[in-house]
Amino acid sequence: MSNVIGIAASKGIAIAKAYVLATPDLSFEKKKVEDSESEIERLDQAIQISKQELEKIKENARKSLGDEHAEIFSAHLLVLTDPEMINPIQDKIKSEQVNAEAALEETANMFVDMFKAMDNEYMRERAADIQDVTKRVKAHLLGVTFPDPALIDEEVVVIAEDLTPSDTAQLNKQFVKGFTTNIGGRTSHSAIMARSLEIPAVVGTKTILSDASDGDMIIVDGIDGIVIINPSEEELASYKKKQEDFEEQKRVWAKLKDEPTVSADNVHVELVANIGTPEDVTGVINNGGEGVGLYRTEFLYMGKSELPTEEEQFEAYKSVLEQMGEKPVVVRTLDIGGDKELSYLKLPEEMNPFLGYRAIRLCIERDDIFRIQLRALLRASTYGNLKIMFPMIATLEEFRQAKAILLEEKENLKSEGYDISESIEVGIMVEIPSTAVAARQFAKEVDFFSIGTNDLIQYTMAADRMNERVSYLYQPYHPAILNLVNNVIEAAHAEGKWAGMCGEMAGDSIAIPILLGLGLDEFSMSATSILPARTQIKDLSKEKMTSYKDDFLSMDTADEVEALIRKISKQ
Amino acid sequence: MVQKTLTITDNTGIHARPATTLVNKAGTFNSDVTLEYNGKSVNLKSIMGVMSLGVPKDGKITIKAEGSDEQEAIDAIYEVIKQEGLGE
Repeated sequence: MSNVIGIAASKGIAIAKAYVLATPDLSFEKKKVEDSESEIERLDQAIQISKQELEKIKENARKSLGDEHAEIFSAHLLVLTDPEMINPIQDKIKSEQVNAEAALEETANMFVDMFKAMDNEYMRERAADIQDVTKRVKAHLLGVTFPDPALIDEEVVVIAEDLTPSDTAQLNKQFVKGFTTNIGGRTSHSAIMARSLEIPAVVGTKTILSDASDGDMIIVDGIDGIVIINPSEEELASYKKKQEDFEEQKRVWAKLKDEPTVSADNVHVELVANIGTPEDVTGVINNGGEGVGLYRTEFLYMGKSELPTEEEQFEAYKSVLEQMGEKPVVVRTLDIGGDKELSYLKLPEEMNPFLGYRAIRLCIERDDIFRIQLRALLRASTYGNLKIMFPMIATLEEFRQAKAILLEEKENLKSEGYDISESIEVGIMVEIPSTAVAARQFAKEVDFFSIGTNDLIQYTMAADRMNERVSYLYQPYHPAILNLVNNVIEAAHAEGKWAGMCGEMAGDSIAIPILLGLGLDEFSMSATSILPARTQIKDLSKEKMTSYKDDFLSMDTADEVEALIRKISKQ
Repeated sequence: MVQKTLTITDNTGIHARPATTLVNKAGTFNSDVTLEYNGKSVNLKSIMGVMSLGVPKDGKITIKAEGSDEQEAIDAIYEVIKQEGLGE
């Protein structure tokens, strides 16, 4: 037995066998094989097994992600039945008397090179498909398992270097009890997905992939950020108890599910959720969310080979709005670029993607893409309480340009005969320090602010949030951050507008009393954080927290702020 | 042998999805089916063959079928091309 420490990314305790999700060693030797017939037979069997697996993966993808995403696997399947691919491999085995592995690799490489050389992004991507498929067949030829999240059919804890969005999307909650990864932090994609799927997760362990092996018994403690490999009887018993206690705690929280969020002195604040797909709305409703504070629309654009159509987007937005009914839904327009790439957009590589061509900067220039999204949003507006938010706004001109495009599309749609809601609020995400400082100027023109703390902190502290060596600079309670947040809230209130927050900080139990004291109106967080936050706020007096406002803003260091909060909560 | 010549009208040419559908359809017939474009001819039952042609918008293509069910094959493939809005 051994313990590995990581970052608690999603609360809960998972106890199950390890399922290691890593590409196996696929190296082989090129050999001479006299018996070509049985070698071809061997190839054929590997292809058959690969086909069966792909059929299963495709079916799972169809169920969890929809037809569109399953199509990629249809292409993979076609490669496996392609006579132009299979015949040359068989010929090679016969004429050159080589083993199937070598014949497969050499033939596949020929196609990969050919496709890669084409002056067409789409073809170059097909080269990756061929490589993917070839790896799977090669694994079966070598008799090693090729792990795939979609093939899991028993209770497991998934162990990986990192989980990509498409890996996470394929995790079946029925079988995947938790996961743990080598890299990542609280705000990395896999962590956010874990919270939205409500499965326990510990990320950033650095070594778990080499420490654990397939079939080891694993405990993932997503509350304290610990992973235990092959626990003792005592440990197992004590974690089973911890698991039950957590379930009990959840039942206590659940009692507040249909209650409004009010402080001890009866002031209402709004607790809303961050979502990525229409499927996430179920979690928002089950956790008593008072709305959606951040709908990240990037997922509609990711894991695909072309841009989503207006119709496709309309259906997704409509679904979220309808499910939420009267409750507000803040949709953030496309935030792509930076670390989130779309291969089919062919964006040039940048030295500093986080400081580069992304989000609204890209959308204003590529208004052909932006307009399609705005049209879909406007058309969906009559199905609920829609608010539109532009990301990464640095100057007032950017906001004016984006809003002008929105209004133009609104007029276009109206002249085409569509009904559009007349009460759509249009706001901005505050994640760039310049905007937080100049909030007063912005407040006159926007309908609301939502402070994106993950980016605001990294830009203010000049510390990459994915870089573990500077992670100590990720300080939500730093005086600079608190003063920026306060400036935004005061600017909004001076103009009669509202201010929300949609970063991780909004659901943090130390930050909540501070934000309440600074007068934040809306807290947007992972759905699973809502009930704990509501329970916490019920016992906090807003008046008392407001009386500490000057103290929060004038402390010297983040540690002092944290110490003050701990002192106040004990009283 | 039967054949049909037509022009691709889709803005992105013969791309991902329709190519997959075409190859799947061609695979259901016994006849040999080929696709010709720009002097090159490929097996229409091969996704990699079809893709390697990279047929763009306004590309003139010829489909040929030869075998026991050649007429049915040509008709069915033409039907897919129309359904997918690929061309006329």
